[in-house]
Amino acid sequence: MLKDQDRIFQNLYNDLGSDLTSSQKRGDWINTKEITNKGRDWIINEIKDSQLRGRGGAGFPTGLKWSFAPKEVGSRPHYLVINGDESEPGTCKDRDILRFEPHKLIEGCLIASYAIQAHVCYIYIRGEYFVDGQKLQAAIDEAYEKKLIGKNAAGTGWDLDIYIHYGAGAYICGEETALLESIEGNKGQPRLKPPFPALVGLYGCPTIINNVETIAVVPTILRRGGKWFASLGREKNTGTKIFCISGNVNNPCNVEEEMNIPLRELIDIHAGGVIGGWDNLQAVIPGGSSMPLIPKEKCETLTMDFDSLVAEKSGLGTAGVVVINKDQDIIKCMARIARFYKHESCGQCTPCREGSGWMWRMLERMAKGEASKDEVDMLGDVTKQIEGHTICAFGEGSSWPVQGLLRHFKDEIKKRNNFDPIVKETQNIPYLVDQHLLDKNA
Amino acid sequence: MSLKRPAKDQPENFEFNSSSLEAANKIISKYPEGKQKSAVMALLYIAQRQNNNWIPLVAMKYIAKLLDMPYIKVYEVATFYSMFNLSPVGKYFIQVCTTTPCMIRGAGKLVEACKEKISENESELLPDKNCSWMEVECLGACVTAPMMQINDDYYEDLDKEKTLEILDKILKDETPKPGSYRGRVNNQPENGRKTLMELKNA
Repeated sequence: MLKDQDRIFQNLYNDLGSDLTSSQKRGDWINTKEITNKGRDWIINEIKDSQLRGRGGAGFPTGLKWSFAPKEVGSRPHYLVINGDESEPGTCKDRDILRFEPHKLIEGCLIASYAIQAHVCYIYIRGEYFVDGQKLQAAIDEAYEKKLIGKNAAGTGWDLDIYIHYGAGAYICGEETALLESIEGNKGQPRLKPPFPALVGLYGCPTIINNVETIAVVPTILRRGGKWFASLGREKNTGTKIFCISGNVNNPCNVEEEMNIPLRELIDIHAGGVIGGWDNLQAVIPGGSSMPLIPKEKCETLTMDFDSLVAEKSGLGTAGVVVINKDQDIIKCMARIARFYKHESCGQCTPCREGSGWMWRMLERMAKGEASKDEVDMLGDVTKQIEGHTICAFGEGSSWPVQGLLRHFKDEIKKRNNFDPIVKETQNIPYLVDQHLLDKNA
Repeated sequence: MSLKRPAKDQPENFEFNSSSLEAANKIISKYPEGKQKSAVMALLYIAQRQNNNWIPLVAMKYIAKLLDMPYIKVYEVATFYSMFNLSPVGKYFIQVCTTTPCMIRGAGKLVEACKEKISENESELLPDKNCSWMEVECLGACVTAPMMQINDDYYEDLDKEKTLEILDKILKDETPKPGSYRGRVNNQPENGRKTLMELKNA
């Protein structure tokens, strides 16, 4: 288990208070000026050395992302945008940072803005977190008052303004380009990439977008050194991470732990074990709803980091661990996730808009046992038609959980759905394939 | 995609009152010059707050004029985002999360409680009630599931009885206390906490 002094978010449970004075006691804002005095290159290199990977789900190396920002500010200003549109089912870590560790985030904003040469930072918070957003606003006001941000922020000679922008209940706005569209006052529909936001982002200006947790750990990394952060976890999967353990466990909780921690340790030690004992475990969704589930057999030895989960054909995502025990109907659980994606699809790309509803309707019927046997393969086919055929990663996010279900619980679905198809197949042609694929298979 | 329709009965006029207008101007000033369109979501929220928690079409027209943008663009935004109510909701607007992490902890019971106490159908505002309810997608409090949101506040760690108690209070026009209903502090484990122990009693 991670030592307490190595935990970055000391106030995760609000034992100490989130105001400026208590935050300064925990070490926030103590030598911000010295850090920025070491220069942009030093900051970016230190973050690269720490091997910090984005905490928002994709796990992109943060130092590398920052280095994409143009070195010189041209005619267009640079922007820093913080993604606090946390809506992934199973995830509730950013909310705790917003309400209990706001000064870590604000200080991180200043350092990151300095590193990428931005004078304005927008923090995008989902609309439902209005109360938590107000707490962050209070912290921002406090920081302005103490001259930690604003003109010559914290004596660094850098000017920074931080504004909060509230979302309004659209999951898709967690996608970075949809988030930019939303800030610009449009529907949150993702943009085509390239051009990437680092060059053409908010209002057509260079923009760096980072998750709340990513930015909030930056000041601590720079204080304690990239080497310290890199010493935790394992190569390329370093540091600490807030895990949210929810579902059928005795003590669901948020906990900051080292990367590469065994899943079993998270569940048994921190979350008080699976309800009904470990043998009652059915499956675990390791990283928020869009990551494929992992069946019990593999949970025994699974370790939680980006690469080891990719090896299991899943992903760490946002580290929202949803534990599902044997009292639950796994098909129903996945059908509910499919309904979530059907509801949240922005409607821009046809495969996702139509496919997400299709998957949901099929899974609902499968949960009731009303589907025919061959529909199981058809469902797999539908997921393949969505994946990779959309502008943003929502297509993958909606089809992966269904693929995970098919990969590990196909027998269960087949056992329940015994109907013979009304129309018998005469030829072995997949139901839904692109025409060019059909030629190749014929 | 979710389907949203504006209410049939629409008021004829809408204008920001002085405090709304002040708040609106403050928000517009957050964005660069010429990018006042960015404030559209915040202004829709202000309109919603001023107008009993829903946005009439005239308010969209008013905001369009205020921000110098086409009405259809405001309409687009108002219909796209699920938190903008386009038809009247109760003074207490109850949103029950039923996505998987809440579902497996028994969110169905919360829905049952709402059906018993408020209305059989979701998004239905009965003339004798001060509240309406609806099912929503993940509200981002999965660790304290099942939960619901009433206006701005989160009510967490619920079960059917506690939901019934909360709804009883609301029907008597009292605001119940937000937060966990099993007495847990924030998102820490309810018992058997293993981390940051030195700070626990600090």
